[in-house]
Amino acid sequence: MSGVLVVMEHRDGVFNRMSWEALAAGQQIAAASGQPLSAVIVGSDLETLSGELASKKLDKGYRIEHALLKNYTADGYVLALEQLIKKLDPSFVVFPHTYQVRDFAPRLATRFGQVLLADLVGLRRDDDSFVFVRQLFQGKLNADYRHAGAGPCFLSVQAGAFRAESLDAGSASVETFAPQLEAGVIRNKPEAPFREAAQTVDLGSAPIIVSVGRGIKEQDNLPMIEELAQALGGEIAASRPICDNGWLPMERQVGSSGQTVSPKLYLAIGISGAIQHLVGMKGSKTVVAINKDENAPIFEVADYGIVGDLFDVVPALTEAVKKAKGA
Amino acid sequence: MKIIVAIKQVPVRDSSLHIDAGGHWIDEDDLSYEINEPDAYALEEALQLKEKHGGEVIAVLAGPERGSQTIREALAKGADRAIHIECDDLASLDTLGIANRLAAAIKDEKADLILTGLQSDDLGLGQTGVVLAELLGIPHATIIMQVEAGQGSIKVKRELEDGWFQHLEMPLPALLTIQSGISKLRYATLMGIKKAKTKEVRRVSAGELPQAAAATVTLERVYLPEKKKETQLIDGSPNEAAAKLVEKLKFEVRVI
Repeated sequence: MSGVLVVMEHRDGVFNRMSWEALAAGQQIAAASGQPLSAVIVGSDLETLSGELASKKLDKGYRIEHALLKNYTADGYVLALEQLIKKLDPSFVVFPHTYQVRDFAPRLATRFGQVLLADLVGLRRDDDSFVFVRQLFQGKLNADYRHAGAGPCFLSVQAGAFRAESLDAGSASVETFAPQLEAGVIRNKPEAPFREAAQTVDLGSAPIIVSVGRGIKEQDNLPMIEELAQALGGEIAASRPICDNGWLPMERQVGSSGQTVSPKLYLAIGISGAIQHLVGMKGSKTVVAINKDENAPIFEVADYGIVGDLFDVVPALTEAVKKAKGA
Repeated sequence: MKIIVAIKQVPVRDSSLHIDAGGHWIDEDDLSYEINEPDAYALEEALQLKEKHGGEVIAVLAGPERGSQTIREALAKGADRAIHIECDDLASLDTLGIANRLAAAIKDEKADLILTGLQSDDLGLGQTGVVLAELLGIPHATIIMQVEAGQGSIKVKRELEDGWFQHLEMPLPALLTIQSGISKLRYATLMGIKKAKTKEVRRVSAGELPQAAAATVTLERVYLPEKKKETQLIDGSPNEAAAKLVEKLKFEVRVI
């Protein structure tokens, strides 16, 4: 058993950005353990993508091509990758922690009697093996894990945890691998992906965003936040639970299942900062957090923080903003 | 339709967490526990499917004695019966070990549908359901927003990233992991709470189930994350803090 295999993800002929981050993580493991690095793409008509893959510093590229892999299905991906992994016998299999990977990678790892170490935020070499770091309790705590199994070590890396910019260019040969697949083994019948009603708010271009989370407690308390947003001249946004409750429309949701924003100012009010929210806003230039829990993960990404009761702080802030603007 | 819902008991959201003396886990002594929120939505979906199509809802939980409180709540909300896999050693098991126990305890039920939350609020691994589907040899789909039952099959709406969705159809039996917030959670009624006391809870001790293989991943140490950013904490009364923050927004961030 040897080598690091990175499983790349793509849609509509374009690599998912997180795939490059997974490849960067793979390079780090390969360099630290002195093992060869390879990467694999799964699908059909992979000519252009495999050209792009060949331009990276890899020992080898693989393209698993089959007409039945044109659209993603868990059964198709598990079977195809299982065959390649059995052939290559790698020590590590690395994925980006995307929704698609969450859908099939645990099942694939189970085929090898292994457990996916999911959503890693870091890793380090220690005593001839690796320590893998992931978050617990929605980011409130970190934990060090080790792999103890005899089979390949399956890993997925969190968005933004490894830097795609650090990838080295190179020239690799890409080998085609034809898996044994029959239509009968694919049980799920997927339809084409779709988006719901067109977005009418483009939070992505807003310079100031005032965002609200569970801490607001009730819909009746929202006007307080709207007033602050208005005073600052910003757009109002929210974390997922607020939109799930129907208190604000889905299009105002920031996070992995909503919009990704990078305003000049992101004001997070009563938002604890679960990772699903952070990935949608951590590109903001300045983050201000108001939260009663000083250990809330939102403070890890905040430039300025006020630890306090939002019901006291927000009205005071609205008044202070109005005063500063001379209104 | 026979539906099994796998639920987990986790520390109450917003609990103040303290790392234990050995640095291996959190101090559990003073914690209160509740149903894992995504699992509550899985239970709700199961109860709604039963209301529409008839059948039976069975809750299954693996954990120590304190788990019976969460089981009673599920029964009070409308689950027909429950299976409690009694074990104190969850921390020493990996996902595969836990999924193996769940699979062994429910396989003879031959359920049409198995539901669970998309992830747990404590470990957040998000894979017990998927691994369970593999162990039972049935198809699965994750992060499900909607379920429509047909004859021998179901159609589901799966959430993708960035506001995209997808419908897919799959044969039964199948396993789904349910997204949080897809419907409104019901409260237990007084009648429900009363009835729950008479409902069957099958207790299975971990010893009766096939012995779990050694864990393939081990949790070595738990600690507070290092801060990635230097946060300037602004103190004072609400009015003072607000005034100071406005100064920063005006002169440092330059948005006012």
